[in-house]
Amino acid sequence: MPIVVVIAFFQLLVLRVPVPELGKIFAGALLVLFGLSLFVQGLKMALFPLGEDMAYSFVKRGNLWLLLLFAFTLGFGTTVAEPALIAIADEAATIAAGGGVIMNNQEAMDNYALGLRLVVALAVGFALLVGVIRILKGWPVQYLIIGGYIGVVVITAFAPPEIIGIAYDSGGVTTSTVTVPLVAALGIGLANSIRGRDPLVDGFGLIAFASLTPMIFVMAYGIII
Amino acid sequence: MMEALIHFGHTTLGLLRDVLPIAGILVGFQVLVLRRPIHNPVSVFIGMVFVLLGLAMFLEGLELALFPLGRLMAQQLTLPSFIFGITDGPIPAFSWTDYMWVYFFAAAIGFATTVAEPALIAVAIKANQVSGGTVTVNGLRLAVAVGVALGVALGTFRIVTGTPLHWYIVVGYIVVIIQTMVAPRAIIPLAYDSGGVTTSTVTVPLVAALGLGLAETIPGRSALLDGFGLIAFASLFPMITVMAYAQISALLTKRAHQDFVEPEE
Repeated sequence: MPIVVVIAFFQLLVLRVPVPELGKIFAGALLVLFGLSLFVQGLKMALFPLGEDMAYSFVKRGNLWLLLLFAFTLGFGTTVAEPALIAIADEAATIAAGGGVIMNNQEAMDNYALGLRLVVALAVGFALLVGVIRILKGWPVQYLIIGGYIGVVVITAFAPPEIIGIAYDSGGVTTSTVTVPLVAALGIGLANSIRGRDPLVDGFGLIAFASLTPMIFVMAYGIII
Repeated sequence: MMEALIHFGHTTLGLLRDVLPIAGILVGFQVLVLRRPIHNPVSVFIGMVFVLLGLAMFLEGLELALFPLGRLMAQQLTLPSFIFGITDGPIPAFSWTDYMWVYFFAAAIGFATTVAEPALIAVAIKANQVSGGTVTVNGLRLAVAVGVALGVALGTFRIVTGTPLHWYIVVGYIVVIIQTMVAPRAIIPLAYDSGGVTTSTVTVPLVAALGLGLAETIPGRSALLDGFGLIAFASLFPMITVMAYAQISALLTKRAHQDFVEPEE
């Protein structure tokens, strides 16, 4: 475990304090290793086949609207309950209250945090929707992403400075460990089952969209509020 | 022992809450909308249980052994008593070079946590299958980990110097755009994706602790304004290093090919 090496090195050589509770660390490292191999096994048994299966079924049904509805629901539903996002939304509400953007009381802060979560979830739902359309149409991913970057840069110029750090971070935290494999499998399944799509070129890219749109949506939220 | 078991139960329950909406959406669409039974329901179910239990054990192991130490060290390394060798009194004027160990620690912890990130492993496995073995699982993981290491180190440098976040990000975007034009076409979507997957369960708590610890101890920085942004760095740099990895390996194959062809001429 590289983490153990890094921590041991800094603990012993740089800070020069002994490592406390070696036995506990050893037990923890064992748990980590075992848990990780179980997780990978489960991925191959459940999440990968499930995501690809659903992609095939949707293509077979040929109903575009159902597929898009599914993509949006998946993005929205998995994000709105994401613990990392809940934590960051509460943090953001505290900042906003401190900065005088909203009223400094619990109710206003709760409202703000909930609004932020909904905005990010909406952004991820929208991202998967656009990403699925991209796979169907075979558009190159870079034009959309670069277009998104330009959007981020432009909106940064107008956004209040307190929200920028949170907005940039919220792009990274939205995609959880369970969602990522599922979304990757969905994209690859779609690209596989549509003629003329290369799974490597067209199947990836959904997660990139899901990390990009929240930045734009959160800054827009910061401007409006 | 009992206490540990209860704690483990709590972690599992928390994850269950995380997974239930996903399972609900999947089953809802599969059964109600597509009206198709799930293939091998037993195997899928067991797989889901494996995913849940595996993640719970993984997180529990980290929480038991590594997170507390990692957080503590992030604090200790940023303490004035460590950096300036004084225990009390005002902090002297400092330059960014005083924080050398912090950058080094940031890079090392960024690298180590990314290599262990489960979501990245998942994407790497898929990429390996789909590319027919050209993208190796460990090659991709290393490329992403180097990216996160660079990103987090630069991010701590930004906190120490207090320069605005968006300049770095905009410059990073420009590099990404230039690389996109010259990198092998097949790697681009994968490179973009690897930016998003790097920062999940393992990386975020440790990196966030480092950022907030730094911003709190350095005079003139506000935890709220400067503490955020490390994750953004950690999401941006992997795109650059993954494309660079593809460019370098393309270059090497080309050169090897030329060496091979030349003697015949």
